Amino acid sequence: MKDLLAVIMLLGIYSLLSASFFVAMDAVDVAFTEASVGAGISTLLMLVAITMTGRSEHPVRHKPLLALAVVIVTGSLLIYGTLDMPYFGSAEAPIHQHVAPRYINDSMQEIGVPNIVTSVLASYRAFDTFGEVVVIFTAGMGVLALLSVARRPVDIKKVNSFNNSMHEQHLVLRIVTKMLIPFILLFALYVQFHGDFGPGGGFQAGVIFASSIFLYTMLFGMTTARRLINQSFIQILAASGVLLYGSVGVVSLLNGKNFFDYSALSSDPVAGQHLGILLIELGVGITVASVMVIIFFKFADRRDYSPSNENKDF
Amino acid sequence: MLMGLYNDWVVVVLMMIGFYIVIAHGNLIKKIVGLSIFQTSVFIFYISMAKVDGGTAPILAEGIQQYSNPLPHVLILTAIVVGIATTALGLALAVRIKEAYGSVEEEEIQKKDNLDC
Repeated sequence: MKDLLAVIMLLGIYSLLSASFFVAMDAVDVAFTEASVGAGISTLLMLVAITMTGRSEHPVRHKPLLALAVVIVTGSLLIYGTLDMPYFGSAEAPIHQHVAPRYINDSMQEIGVPNIVTSVLASYRAFDTFGEVVVIFTAGMGVLALLSVARRPVDIKKVNSFNNSMHEQHLVLRIVTKMLIPFILLFALYVQFHGDFGPGGGFQAGVIFASSIFLYTMLFGMTTARRLINQSFIQILAASGVLLYGSVGVVSLLNGKNFFDYSALSSDPVAGQHLGILLIELGVGITVASVMVIIFFKFADRRDYSPSNENKDF
Repeated sequence: MLMGLYNDWVVVVLMMIGFYIVIAHGNLIKKIVGLSIFQTSVFIFYISMAKVDGGTAPILAEGIQQYSNPLPHVLILTAIVVGIATTALGLALAVRIKEAYGSVEEEEIQKKDNLDC
């Protein structure tokens, strides 16, 4: 397919379908994340990117036979490798023997949170999650560094016309959006704080929160959104989320326990775990939301300022 | 008997589709699309490993004996969000390449580089 718009739309549908696979395979938290990230934000970012890089792909001149051969050989080797794998759904597979029974049997006494995924994510493996949050933060800073420098001369008239045209055209969309945004924000907060009991948590909540800001920006234009959200404030917010997460670990360290051992936070270990999980999920949520907003704003800025701005097809 | 492995084969097929797009297409945006298909196939691989027959979602409730394995869910949940952050970084690089070279096609970029030397 040479039209990249169609390719990206299909990728979004594929993401939504894989989210439904995850539901079918009992991974509700993962499905939630994939639906909001893969089908929502990644599609949107790719669309913004192709408005800058061009919508169509040039035809490939060389024959792709070599690539096809490489792919078939690798694929058959992998299939050969799977022959030793345990069967789908078998409860005796090695993966279910090692740490998982401990999480399933003991996490209620040790952490006191019904959603095992949350207790593993935020407590047993908090160190891993801290690493992931730092990776997200670093990627956000990378986008900031790449798209902030060497800006082209600004054509203010053009920017304003783009912003205002969107503002005046879609009356129905604007009103419906205004009605929906409070509910999206409320839902994000629900997902954030209900993550202990049902599917949800900081990652999903951050993404949903950011998507409501995206929606607002798309309909009311960058200038209005910039008046709403201060760029340097959101950058500080991204850093403070990581710091909040890290400092919870440092506090438990100072209280004589291990890094991220939240039972140090309160006299009752289970209450300490609750407090710790709440705080680090908040840190995750703040970082994810603000990094997504930073990335989206940087892309949208670049699009407004770049000279190759002719194909305004959405 | 071997049909019990069909989840792995689906993953291999998806992974190879992604791999083929990455190596056979010259357009950088399309390469990123290929990478995300590859990435999702790995997600499906992990989640399908976690599934236990007769199990349910790992949220503790009364009267449920069998749960699916929560550990791969945790790993993949964070991997998805990290994946979008790194995809955004890749797209940012593609945008900068477009501005520097006027194209995101691999062949044209290489041609320009050869002219410069």
